[in-house]
Amino acid sequence: MSEIKSSAWSPSSRELERRALRRKLSRKQAIIAAVSSIFVLGSLAVVLITSPGWDVVKATFFDIEYGKEVFPTVVKGLWINLQLTFFGGIAIGVIAMGLALLRTTKSPALTPFRFLATAYVDIFRGAPLILIILLVGFGVPALRLQGVSSNVIVLGTIAVVLTYSAYVAEVIRSGILSIHPSQRAAARSLGLTSGQTMRFVVLPQALRRVVPPLLNDFVSLLKDTGLVSILGVTDAVRAAQINASRTFNYTAYVVAAILFLLITIPMTRYTDRAIRQRTQAQNSEGAI
Amino acid sequence: MANVLELQNVRKAFGAEVVLNNLSLQVPEHTATVLIGASGSGKSTLLRCINLLETIDDGQIFLDGSEITDPAIKVDDVRRKLGMVFQSFNLFPHKTVLENITLAPIKVQNKSEDEAREIATKLLSRFDLADKADQYPDRLSGGQQQRVAIIRSLAINPRLLLLDEITSALDPVLVNEVLSIVRDLKQDGMTMVLATHEMGFATQVADEVCFLESGNILERGSAEQVLKNPTNQKTQEFLKRVHQAGRL
Repeated sequence: MSEIKSSAWSPSSRELERRALRRKLSRKQAIIAAVSSIFVLGSLAVVLITSPGWDVVKATFFDIEYGKEVFPTVVKGLWINLQLTFFGGIAIGVIAMGLALLRTTKSPALTPFRFLATAYVDIFRGAPLILIILLVGFGVPALRLQGVSSNVIVLGTIAVVLTYSAYVAEVIRSGILSIHPSQRAAARSLGLTSGQTMRFVVLPQALRRVVPPLLNDFVSLLKDTGLVSILGVTDAVRAAQINASRTFNYTAYVVAAILFLLITIPMTRYTDRAIRQRTQAQNSEGAI
Repeated sequence: MANVLELQNVRKAFGAEVVLNNLSLQVPEHTATVLIGASGSGKSTLLRCINLLETIDDGQIFLDGSEITDPAIKVDDVRRKLGMVFQSFNLFPHKTVLENITLAPIKVQNKSEDEAREIATKLLSRFDLADKADQYPDRLSGGQQQRVAIIRSLAINPRLLLLDEITSALDPVLVNEVLSIVRDLKQDGMTMVLATHEMGFATQVADEVCFLESGNILERGSAEQVLKNPTNQKTQEFLKRVHQAGRL
């Protein structure tokens, strides 16, 4: 191929015409996009600013000076959310993997555990997270069991882990079930045991497939850690709430919301890119 | 010659549909047995039963004289003596060509990574695929993928190779590069059972050709007998249809 000199080719007049036309068309499209964006966003801004209550809203929700003042306490609270997400995330990953494997196993010795895993998933996937947090947060200390923590952060984390393990287990299980039986047949016919087949052939493909839904769950997890504030944990939401109820200025809520977004949006973007790169390296047509 | 594989009165049904009906077969060492017949005649099921991917309903299967259809036997031990190649390749998409081939030697035969890599590299260069070792399967052509799949099954040094319509998913130009490997293996003395629609190829490699129809072997014998001078009317009809499709 390298024998053919590229300099031997120069575009025909028809090709040059086509290129000029394409340039013209894309310029036109860019202008349309810009005009429509300015119009839509501009109208929204006008509606917002000219609304009768705008001055009050601006003073109570978008008070930049006050925002700077409460920023450190909200950030400190957010650190709790991040820790909770990190340690909770690890526990969720481990428990969910165990549940998913139990639910997909056919081993007769594990039959009772398979039933238990199914019951667990049914219960914790079906009950509202906020109820689980209240039940664990207030119910467990009431038992006055020796050696059981009554630390609200720990109890809140346990409640979140219980619920999210059920969600994530179902995601992983659906990934396992989505791997075509022929992959299992190929692995088994090479002499791999069912455990080896799961570990080296099925799970790596299944997990790769469920990265996007798992990321969704991870982002939700970070947001839902805000719910432990109802137990009195001073996380970002609670910190904002304390400030707001002290001064009746709600800018702290906006600060907390922006801080959450600053973490979740890049996280989603980064993972999208990682999935795309890996997919491209492996095949030409979408996630396998 | 000792029989590597022997089937005695094997029966397999899926619900009410009898797929293998009281079927017997002997495969002596270093021979190739070719199964022909229409889709749904039981060829694939037969191969899957030999590989214990399906449980038979009656009869016995022997590998090197010992019964492998004994429920107490460890299926994984049986399977590591058998190589199986599928119509749809079934390579592991998340592993490179080299990793696909070395997985079983490392995990099943407990070979060291270096040892496994050496075996794989040798096989890859023998079949002109050395430059593809670090590629992922989806970057290869169908013919290359199927050749890798054959190499993967050879890497465990099987006693018997089962080939299930390995060229049916390939375009005609790629068929030959896959079949030439099988011809090579036949020359080496590999014992094989294969299902195929490539009658010309069957003539070249088959020591015995079996024509399957609704789970029965209606006619068996040398390629010359079965493919050139079939006596059974159903065999004649089948071969006529194959001929019309341009495969003979």
